[in-house]
Amino acid sequence: MYVIVVGGGKIGANVMRSLLRLGHEVTLIEQRRDRFEQLEDEFEHQVQRGDGTELFILERAGIARPPDVVLALTGDDEDNMIIGQIAREKYGVPKVIARVNDPRNQPHFDLLGISPTICATSSVMALVEHEVPEHDLIHLLELRGENLEIVEVQIDGDSPSAGRSIEALLLPEGSRLISVMRGGQAEIAVGSTVLEAGDQVLAILEPGKEDELRRVLLRR
Amino acid sequence: MLKALIIGSGRVGSTIALQLQQEGWEVTVVDENEDALSRLGESWPGTFIVGHGMDADLLREAGIEDADAVVVATDGDNTNIIIGQVAQKRFDVRCVVVRVLDPARAKFYAERGLNTVCPTSVAIDRLMDAARTCAIPTAQPSEEAEAPAPEPV
Repeated sequence: MYVIVVGGGKIGANVMRSLLRLGHEVTLIEQRRDRFEQLEDEFEHQVQRGDGTELFILERAGIARPPDVVLALTGDDEDNMIIGQIAREKYGVPKVIARVNDPRNQPHFDLLGISPTICATSSVMALVEHEVPEHDLIHLLELRGENLEIVEVQIDGDSPSAGRSIEALLLPEGSRLISVMRGGQAEIAVGSTVLEAGDQVLAILEPGKEDELRRVLLRR
Repeated sequence: MLKALIIGSGRVGSTIALQLQQEGWEVTVVDENEDALSRLGESWPGTFIVGHGMDADLLREAGIEDADAVVVATDGDNTNIIIGQVAQKRFDVRCVVVRVLDPARAKFYAERGLNTVCPTSVAIDRLMDAARTCAIPTAQPSEEAEAPAPEPV
């Protein structure tokens, strides 16, 4: 397949190497002269110099073919959003993947329909939540299109929900328990399921309801 | 009183801010750089907020939700285009005007419903007109323009 990569920093250059190793045709666009010269030593004609948010630079790289994928991997979120919009909406590129540098800009990417996105900071934070035990509610999956998320909650002996059935809990509106993991066995959560200390409960809920859910299950 | 939010207090943004303020608008200016306040003069009566226009909380603090007009004129085309779209699509501001120096991007986003103003295109037109006018001093374009077109036979 044909891929255009915009942004030749560490991520862009490594993605370029990986794609070439897989046998794909790739053009890399890099703006800074010194960085471009380094990249040119390695990738020769497969790297082009210029501002990848300028239409003629993108056209020189073959965006009108169009490529199967455009990767917007610059260190600037505004640039990545513009690249995404131009690629998809002007040239009909079927797939755009954009890098989010500052997680606070994620809503802007969502607003402009630029998806999927990848954000190193958010990924690290999700891992921290998953790996560090003091986080009692872990975000597992965000279903952005549906405006729902799936979280995991650890029930312990002090939890008010331990020893009670799910139907007896006043769960926040817009939330459901999905499954209960107990002793290595997962079971679908039903109304009569009685929670116990040590259970790992999966729940689906609207973003922003985490604190309410935490209160009902854990009283924290 | 009409409310304007100006993002970017450079030469363009600050002048617009001062002008609208004199015309009786309530004006709030946002700029990343604290020193940009000096462009508004010593006795700026409006609001000035230091911060980045991409920050949605800051835009709210600056009153974007009841702004009648938002003018985006930072020194970055792409930043302006994104902030303009955020103002239009997320905050439903009716009048959003965005400065875009690159004619190609200005045209693309104008076609997509963003009110872009491209100083480069304006300058090109004016310079071309000026060059034509002084190169052909005998030409009288106004009369020629008014002359009726010959009837098709």
